[in-house]
Amino acid sequence: MENWIIYILNGLYFASFLFLTSLGLSIILGVMGILNLAHGSMFAVGAFTAAWIVGAFGGESPMIMFFVGLLAALGVAGVVGLVLETSIIRPMYRQALEYQLLITFGALLLIEDLIKMVWGGTAYYASKPFTVMGNMAIGDNQYPYYFLFVILMSLVTGLGIWLVMSKTQVGIMLRAISMDREMAKAMGIRIGRLNTLAFGLGGALAGLAGALIIPTTPALLGIGMDPLIMAFIVVVLGGLGSLKGALIGSLIVGETRSIGVVFFPEIELPLLFLIAVIILVFKPEGLFGK
Amino acid sequence: MMKPIYFVYPGIFVLLLFLPRLVPTYQLMLIESGITFGIMAMGFNLLLRYTGLLSFGHGALFAVGAYAVGMMGRYFPDLYRIEILIPVALLASLIVSAIFGFICVRHTRIFFSILALALSMVLYAVLVKLYDLTGGSDGIHIDLPIMFGKSFEGMKRFEFLSGAYYYFLICIFAVSTGIMFAIVNSPFGRALQSIRDNEVRAEMIGIRVRRYRWYAFILSGLFTGLGGALWSFVNGHVTPEIAEWIFSGEIVYMTLLGGFMIFGGPIIGAILFTYMKLYAVSITQYWMFVIGATLVILVLLLPEGIAGGFARLFAWIKRGKAAGTA
Repeated sequence: MENWIIYILNGLYFASFLFLTSLGLSIILGVMGILNLAHGSMFAVGAFTAAWIVGAFGGESPMIMFFVGLLAALGVAGVVGLVLETSIIRPMYRQALEYQLLITFGALLLIEDLIKMVWGGTAYYASKPFTVMGNMAIGDNQYPYYFLFVILMSLVTGLGIWLVMSKTQVGIMLRAISMDREMAKAMGIRIGRLNTLAFGLGGALAGLAGALIIPTTPALLGIGMDPLIMAFIVVVLGGLGSLKGALIGSLIVGETRSIGVVFFPEIELPLLFLIAVIILVFKPEGLFGK
Repeated sequence: MMKPIYFVYPGIFVLLLFLPRLVPTYQLMLIESGITFGIMAMGFNLLLRYTGLLSFGHGALFAVGAYAVGMMGRYFPDLYRIEILIPVALLASLIVSAIFGFICVRHTRIFFSILALALSMVLYAVLVKLYDLTGGSDGIHIDLPIMFGKSFEGMKRFEFLSGAYYYFLICIFAVSTGIMFAIVNSPFGRALQSIRDNEVRAEMIGIRVRRYRWYAFILSGLFTGLGGALWSFVNGHVTPEIAEWIFSGEIVYMTLLGGFMIFGGPIIGAILFTYMKLYAVSITQYWMFVIGATLVILVLLLPEGIAGGFARLFAWIKRGKAAGTA
């Protein structure tokens, strides 16, 4: 029984990262119709920013510096998203699909090496916040408080995004664009600005997810590849541009992973992609898409 | 007057025949690698240019060809003869691309791309996870095959590659280019293009759209798998990375680098890409930056690719001359 609680909590923990990462991917896909292959790089930028801050300044008060790192990661990744959109993505909206995909692929390669230029090729360790938070007991097992903290953080962020999307004018405009771009334009919504905003927001969320992972994993080159492909499965499962879809998709993928690595580690990864394929074939709009 | 294509391509073929005498072995191996990518990119372009479908999972089909060779070497060493290996690789590509294609052609545009990507990642994950069967992320070593009864045991790979295998490769290359040229100019090729231009009209004049897309996918997969099988001998080792979506992205890049609106564009792009990547890797540790920057510049400034750019330049010069004489 205790084991099952731990599997499920682990699933929630995976799901938290997936939720934060896929939310951005989903917003960008929904609002702009662009599958942003460079989204994982935002995750990496966030991870490196936070790991560097905690490692360099977190000697005495790692927790405070960790929170600073989270905010900085959010900010830096958000700015990278804004710069990316205004510089190279913007001319692409009228272009054919192959060019849109290719330009984000180019951006992915660029950002990967920019990270290497800024932070060097070495790994950054920042496990202090994890050890400081300590463990709680579940039955005979120890469970780190940090995992619960991550789950809480993503819940709070998700709630925040939901409030923005449903209550504020900006959120309503973003949803309007993803429902019907032409109509939204006709109604006088300034699409250009909102595109930039969506990109920045998506980047910031991925950056936050990246920052949250560094107490458990060192920041390494290529750290964003796995989250990108997982977020991609989540978006396929949940449906484009749907907050609820991203949430439920993350839960499905997170729990499948967590239970899969225990019971059927060999086929856990192929199974996830296979689920994505099946959903794409039979319900391409996703489980919760319109 | 005959179209230039009828003497340019045979001319290039003759040039290729004499290439081993003109360039050092090392260069020759690079060109061989480029040619195998060229066969693959040609297959990829049958879908992109002629059918209007962008596959972001062609790396998987390339991997099928390469792994077919690797698995044969591992499990049937007695049959490790190139005249058996190539048909086996083609058969494997046929089966996998028939399955992938059957699933993928249910959608078009971005959903097609995403579906191809997801399918390729299924294969990638299988190749990585089934360690006992496929060697996992270590991959499989590719031995030198027996070619038409002749064994190359004990020979160094570069000797094999600059000798018999080179001529074998360019013969296959010439034949497959010829076949592809025939395909795109056949009634079948025209039908594909009509589907690309207007799906509804194509359906109206009696073309079975989905069926034709499926055929195109299978043909494309055959060429891609053939490229993979031929590449495996050049590279000497196959790893699951070629099934990952990053490599599929590189295939798209090669094709657009050369210019996908021109028949020979993907081949030029594949060879150029091979060189560019190698030189970028050798001069700087930031080679991804170089590749990424060229990619961004290409898409922003020269979307019709290198060959497309030249074609436009020539058209412009021709027009200028015509205007001058008139």
